[in-house]
Amino acid sequence: MSVTSVDKDLDALTLTLIADFEATAERVWDLWADPRKLERWWGPPTHPATMVDHDLTPGGAVTYYMTSPEGEKYHGRWNITAVDVPTSLEFIDTFADSDGKPVDNMPVSTTQMRLSSHDGKTRMELRAVFDTRAQMDQLLGMGMDEGLKQAVGQMDALLA
Amino acid sequence: MVVDEQVVDRLLHALADTTRRDIVRRCLVGEASVSRLAESYPMSFAAVQKHVAVLERAGLVSKERSGREQLVRTDVDAVRRARDALDQLEATWRGRVDRMSDLLTERTEDDERDQR
Repeated sequence: MSVTSVDKDLDALTLTLIADFEATAERVWDLWADPRKLERWWGPPTHPATMVDHDLTPGGAVTYYMTSPEGEKYHGRWNITAVDVPTSLEFIDTFADSDGKPVDNMPVSTTQMRLSSHDGKTRMELRAVFDTRAQMDQLLGMGMDEGLKQAVGQMDALLA
Repeated sequence: MVVDEQVVDRLLHALADTTRRDIVRRCLVGEASVSRLAESYPMSFAAVQKHVAVLERAGLVSKERSGREQLVRTDVDAVRRARDALDQLEATWRGRVDRMSDLLTERTEDDERDQR
């Protein structure tokens, strides 16, 4: 396990996660900067990510989609707000339509990633902030819906 | 525990329907009037009202009268929602960090393969 600590601030709607890797900052940075590597860890194994555009410069964007086991595609987009190679990255993470354009009224969160290294090891500090409580609730609502569907499906199976 | 079981039964029954789950999800973000909900589903106003009543009995939504409108809101404790959302995000990131870590360990062969 590389996750060293996790802190959740319910009032500030913020998740702060610290992870330590046995690798140089350049190699950890590469996992973000190389789209072929990024797509190997961004999506869960059940929903692998495919990066479409990948421009890690301020004002640039990363667009991608994740594919469900049923073949459904979920599009996402990062709007890059700050980059300092190879130590920090900040972006606004949002849902997108199939052209990679942001979708209105969908949850938005801001992610800040910072790398610091010493002795060949690298610490990654990640902060994710929900913009508003309503957006957080919406994101939760979608997850909840999935969870409920699964739960109800399992119930159906038990009752059959 | 008879009372608890009744509560759970009502909750599960309320959530075992696609439309009702959708109403719960939509009214998490903000209030919606019954008439506006009725416009979104291929069913009558009365049918939607029945769905809302089932959810109300299960304690999943509350209804409030505002002029001629009835506003529906999902009743979930805000702090619990916040915790659940952050828990969800934490689980997502723990998975990502594990995969990052794996990629960093299997580096040499991979770095070559990724040069393609």
